[in-house]
Amino acid sequence: MADPFLIGEAMTGGYGGADILHACTIAVNKGEIAVIVGPNGAGKSTAMKAVFGMLKLREGHVRLAGEDITALTPQARVAKGMGFVPQNNNIFPSMSVEENLQMGAFIRTDDFSGTMEQVYDLFPILREKRRQAAGELSGGQRQQVAVGRALMTKPSVLMLDEPTAGVSPIVMDELFDRIIEVARTGISILMVEQNARQALEIADKGYVLVQGQNRFTDTGQALLADPEVRKSFLGG
Amino acid sequence: MSVNLRNVALFAAMALALLMTGMFQSWSLALTILNMSLISAVMALGVNIQWGYAGLFNVGVMGFTAFGGLAAVLVAMPPTEGAWAAGGPRVILGLALGAASILAAIAVWQRLPRGKLRVAALIAVLVAGYVITRMVFAPAADAISQVNPATQGFLGGLGLPVILSWPVGALFAGGLAWVVGKVALGLRSDYLAIATLGISEIVIAVLKFESWMSRGVNNVSGIPRALPRPVEWQGYDWVQSLAVTLGFTTNQMASIVEKLGYAILFAIVLGLLIWLSEKALNAPWGRMMRAIRDNETAARAMGKDVTRRHLMVFVLGSGVCGLAGAMMVSLDGQMTPGSYEPLRYTFLIWVMVIVGGSGNNWGAVLGGFIIWFLWVQAEPAGRWLMDNLTAGMADDSALRTHLLTQAAHMRLIMMGLALLLMLRFAPRGLIPER
Amino acid sequence: MDPVSAFILLSNFVVIPALAYGSQLALGALGITLIYGILRFSHFAHGDIMAFGTAVVILTTWALQGFGISFGVLPTALLALPVGIVATILYLLAADRTVYRFYRKVRAKPMILVMASLGVMFVTNGLTRLLIGPGQQRFDDGTRFVFSVRDFREWTGLSEGLALRSSQFLTLIVALVAMALLFWFLNRTRGGKSMRAYSDNEDLALLSGINPERVVVITWAIAGTLMVLAGTLYGLDKSFRPFTYFQLLLPFFAAAILGGLGNPLGAIVGAYVVAFSEMGITYAWRRFFEHLLPESWAPDGMLQILPVDYKFAVTFAILVLVLIFRPTGIFRGKSV
Repeated sequence: MADPFLIGEAMTGGYGGADILHACTIAVNKGEIAVIVGPNGAGKSTAMKAVFGMLKLREGHVRLAGEDITALTPQARVAKGMGFVPQNNNIFPSMSVEENLQMGAFIRTDDFSGTMEQVYDLFPILREKRRQAAGELSGGQRQQVAVGRALMTKPSVLMLDEPTAGVSPIVMDELFDRIIEVARTGISILMVEQNARQALEIADKGYVLVQGQNRFTDTGQALLADPEVRKSFLGG
Repeated sequence: MSVNLRNVALFAAMALALLMTGMFQSWSLALTILNMSLISAVMALGVNIQWGYAGLFNVGVMGFTAFGGLAAVLVAMPPTEGAWAAGGPRVILGLALGAASILAAIAVWQRLPRGKLRVAALIAVLVAGYVITRMVFAPAADAISQVNPATQGFLGGLGLPVILSWPVGALFAGGLAWVVGKVALGLRSDYLAIATLGISEIVIAVLKFESWMSRGVNNVSGIPRALPRPVEWQGYDWVQSLAVTLGFTTNQMASIVEKLGYAILFAIVLGLLIWLSEKALNAPWGRMMRAIRDNETAARAMGKDVTRRHLMVFVLGSGVCGLAGAMMVSLDGQMTPGSYEPLRYTFLIWVMVIVGGSGNNWGAVLGGFIIWFLWVQAEPAGRWLMDNLTAGMADDSALRTHLLTQAAHMRLIMMGLALLLMLRFAPRGLIPER
Repeated sequence: MDPVSAFILLSNFVVIPALAYGSQLALGALGITLIYGILRFSHFAHGDIMAFGTAVVILTTWALQGFGISFGVLPTALLALPVGIVATILYLLAADRTVYRFYRKVRAKPMILVMASLGVMFVTNGLTRLLIGPGQQRFDDGTRFVFSVRDFREWTGLSEGLALRSSQFLTLIVALVAMALLFWFLNRTRGGKSMRAYSDNEDLALLSGINPERVVVITWAIAGTLMVLAGTLYGLDKSFRPFTYFQLLLPFFAAAILGGLGNPLGAIVGAYVVAFSEMGITYAWRRFFEHLLPESWAPDGMLQILPVDYKFAVTFAILVLVLIFRPTGIFRGKSV
């Protein structure tokens, strides 16, 4: 099988102290959606941060389109085409929606008005509120700003850390719809989700992590159908 | 053990420096430095209680020191004849009315329900309180100032022994700290710094301006001494014979004896404070304070009322600064509000604490000694340095004269560098916290 | 009853001086608030570095005057401003390199940075006194008045006079231009937006590829420029004395806290509130009310709420009120 577009392979490491990840592998193909699920404290977010370079790996590699990027800083990975939406504090609250998007494109030297139009097309509400301070928006709208900001670099991979944390189920469905739309444009999506069932439904690939290790890895549908996964992680 | 030896060596070196000063410059100077070092050490202890134990940042040391110094005037000066009759009770009444209107305003704010009525009532109480206070207070203050204005023109004090003013000074400063702390503690840590900076400027303004109380910029001199003056010491036979034995004039000997006497008094106070501080620091109370300092959130989560504890430490530390202020005024025998400047009375104390070792009482004391010594000796040293640096220039060179006249300011730069270097390379100070 | 006279009197003794003083405070408070927003500590060396920059301006002014150069009706100090600004920015950057950067790297507590700024304050204090001495200096030249009390009386034929000193006029113009430029920079340019982004959300700014060191350099450069402007204008308007400049720290902080630390617009509003309160509370209102009230109601006293010596008390009272009722300031600032 060809190497996936982005892969964190056999990653082992933690934040200084004991290892949190143990030979954990996460990968996503071009234009697909990969979802990391698992119980609290399983190292889901840590695994994603490791892929993004926010934590030092003792072992393992991260490769993007075949290139080894294990040694790169997060900023350098952004320049390589990775977009990251943190779980908290993922917008500039006192700046307008439009300025948030402009900041997302900070490293771009070309004209990014086209990308901004695409973001506005994807999230029409943001076009409406583009002059408003992002901090004054509702939770779901703020998440849209955060995703929009990350899309401004025209990334080839978009990484989302629990994008639906703290938003209502309706908003969650809408956000997932948008994420599918983003994936259809050829952008790979890697996301960590607390709402495992809904996330797996839209996932091409699912990773169930337990204690920093891969427990189950399969397509989203197969995991949903797997009785053991259902029993242990999806509440029956 | 090795650490202890090191500390002893540091103090021994300090003592040696003072002895050298005595031998090569003059014993009188050495003792003057020693006395102010002891007072500085007390101030440094006060700041260390706040910063070292609790991480509170007080940049109003000057204000608390000066306010404590006022106690020496109010306790020790004889009451001014006629001044009390002229307006004493009315001034006191005026102050009481002022305090009462503030309390009334607080009560109004707390009792009344939210809304426009509350704001209106608050403003009405404050305005009425201000007008009444002013009507009682201002004429009385004026009347007092008219009593023999050339030499007195103020209420005077109670005529009690000056030593009594030391604890009273501590109470004054502590009371002031309680008010400041009530407002500024429990908020962002910088706010306390800015509030203390403000209150210290106001204390100095009050001392300079309220001439009925402190004679303002006319200074209060001739505050009764804690010990006999040199002239009185000269009368003692043992002083005279000691002078002959040691090869001093009687004059010099008397002055040395007087200064030594103060040194002993101050050393007793300092020793007592260190003993108390050490006891407190090693008691459960001290451990709790340090726990709060190191992790406020955790302490709060354990149910400690952090703000209350901070208020307590803030009051204690400021009280110690006030005590030092009263000691200083009684050593000088005069109160000169114009001489208080923040660099010398606030920020220099901070250099002492940081250089000595914050969180360690002995460190703060050592810092007080070293920095005061350097502060005094840096002036001649700076002049000597400038003199040599500019020796190549013509004697009448404008630049040379300028540099020589301004050489005294070198010590400010030196103190700043000492602070920055310690903070960067030895942030725990000469005698680190255990 | 003569409301026109009352109005002119008030303008002459309260409004115009307070506008000028408020503008000078605003320039200083903007520096405080920007440094707080970006570097996240209270910059206690602000007053002293302002004195340093102004001292450089004064020395340059004297040198220019020595060469016989003047600026016509305007003060020569305006020509010397660029020298002072460049010197101050270089000084601040040197301080950042040698002192502050290290603590930023190790992510020290804000209090440690404040302490470091005390060290810088001490050093700067000594340097300024070495340069120019601790005494008072005047360095204004050019025309003293845009219009004087006599001019005004001749034009209008009114009994009350109104004067506008050149230094006050200059302060208002320079401050307005400086603030307009600052807001244009913050809201319209890439550098300004990156500053606001960094102040808003440091981690996300890093993630977006904003270079923190660049933001820090821009911040010091702006703060330095504002400091020298504030110091020079204050010196032209009143006089220069290093200690007075140190004492300005209190109204600067009061203004910045009142407006919400980290909020530039708030700092400006706060500065004018502080200036107007200081002037209004220490002004003797008697003549004002004599103009307004019928003669029989004329007040006996001076109607001065507090003597001028207590202007710090006014600033402090404002500070206390803010701390009690709205610690985040009128406009919400950063609450670190």
